[in-house]
Amino acid sequence: MSSVSENALHLPGDSPLHRLAPQIKLVAAFGTVLCVVATPRTAFWAFGGFALLLGVLAGTARIPPGWLARRLLIELPFVALALVLPFALGGERAEVAGLALSVPGLLAGWNILAKGTLGLFTSLTLAATTSPRELLLGMQRLRTPSTLIMISSLMLRYVGVAVGEAGRMRLARISRGDDPRFLWQANATARSVGTLFLRCYERGERVHLAMVARGWSGELPEPGRGRPGARDWLLGLSPALVTAAIAGVALWTR
Amino acid sequence: MHTTPLALHMTDGLLNAPTALLFGAIALAGIGFSLGRARATLDDRTAPMAGLVAAFVFAAQMINFPVLPGVSGHLLGGALVAILVGPWVGTLCVSIVLVVQSLLFADGGLTMLGANITNMALIGTAAGYLVAVALRPLARRGRTGLLITAFLAGTINTVMASTGFLLEYWIGGTAGFSVAQAVLPMLGIHLLIGVGEGIITALTVGAVAAGRPDLILLLRESRQGERTRTREDENRRSQQRGTVEGTS
Repeated sequence: MSSVSENALHLPGDSPLHRLAPQIKLVAAFGTVLCVVATPRTAFWAFGGFALLLGVLAGTARIPPGWLARRLLIELPFVALALVLPFALGGERAEVAGLALSVPGLLAGWNILAKGTLGLFTSLTLAATTSPRELLLGMQRLRTPSTLIMISSLMLRYVGVAVGEAGRMRLARISRGDDPRFLWQANATARSVGTLFLRCYERGERVHLAMVARGWSGELPEPGRGRPGARDWLLGLSPALVTAAIAGVALWTR
Repeated sequence: MHTTPLALHMTDGLLNAPTALLFGAIALAGIGFSLGRARATLDDRTAPMAGLVAAFVFAAQMINFPVLPGVSGHLLGGALVAILVGPWVGTLCVSIVLVVQSLLFADGGLTMLGANITNMALIGTAAGYLVAVALRPLARRGRTGLLITAFLAGTINTVMASTGFLLEYWIGGTAGFSVAQAVLPMLGIHLLIGVGEGIITALTVGAVAAGRPDLILLLRESRQGERTRTREDENRRSQQRGTVEGTS
């Protein structure tokens, strides 16, 4: 699983956010983002409150600000959309720095920018404080069917192998002079995708046989760990509750 | 430059909250249904195989292919897995990849997870598979027919997935532009990406057909009528595996 941990965004640590039971974190993260999305876009103060809350959480979890800022750049294409909208849309115009911009466009752009960034901020905080293994445990405790958990855990265990294999094939292609620039030059790439499928599938067959040989009966044991009580749930869900309160006030005073 | 994920892994705020919840429920229902069908059609080998197929989808989505100079796309994989392992396991694999990308890699908004799963795992896979099944007689005729089938399934998979976005946007979009304004650019871009997806799907299926034709579920179903594996089938497969390993 080492390769996945390298690629995934998990930052090992021992903050209260790291220690919180994963199922609580999952519920809290989904609840928070849903409340952010439900907030009317003209309630600007509410978005300031959300950003402050998430900032406090990231600080508690000791997530480096530079790390967060770099990962927030995934948003860039949506930022581009947000910047185009004030020019592209019609309706009422407003003068901003000498340019006549569309008011609905400005609001729509702001809406995507603010909610997208806050949503990504939440996802990053969740991903940084939850390891892949904990995430699966959380999904399992939230009653995800065991077949899905099993597929997911095997996927996470072998995704590093598959990605590494794909990387080696790419290296082999490039070192033999492959430099595709047009779609009709993609033949070698596609052949490696086909080979990758064969290798993954055959590895699956071997893994299954190895599991059977070691007495696999079709169920994964759940790692024993204390279940969280009502207090943990209340504490863990408090950011989501604060978000819900802000969103409620924003909707009320609209 | 990842063109496809930018276009399809939607970010939070593009759709309003009720629409996000609606498509979350649709995604859950679709995954539940696929899970039931996958259990009914495959034996206890499901989990290890499906796990490795999901790992393959994840890795394959990281391989970029050129569309035009400076623009590259990557595989969605819905039609590809539907042809190779069937629509039910395929839907599960693509869904799991999307969930992992969203929760562990922050790729695609949490509230948009339902909509993203609906587009790529449910609509895309179903569209690709229906095309493949409709063209199965052509695919059985020979390699060219199989490649054409896979190409069309891959292309339509991508275009239909973008249609899913248009539907969601029509129900609860918040970006300010109307659906009518979005239809042509969305379909145009995704037709282009879809041609790329189709070509890669076709070449990939071609490569699998050359090495292990028995692994292509679309053809296996047509040959045996049922997809349960017999003991002879099992022996044949292990023999073939031996020869493949021997030659590689």
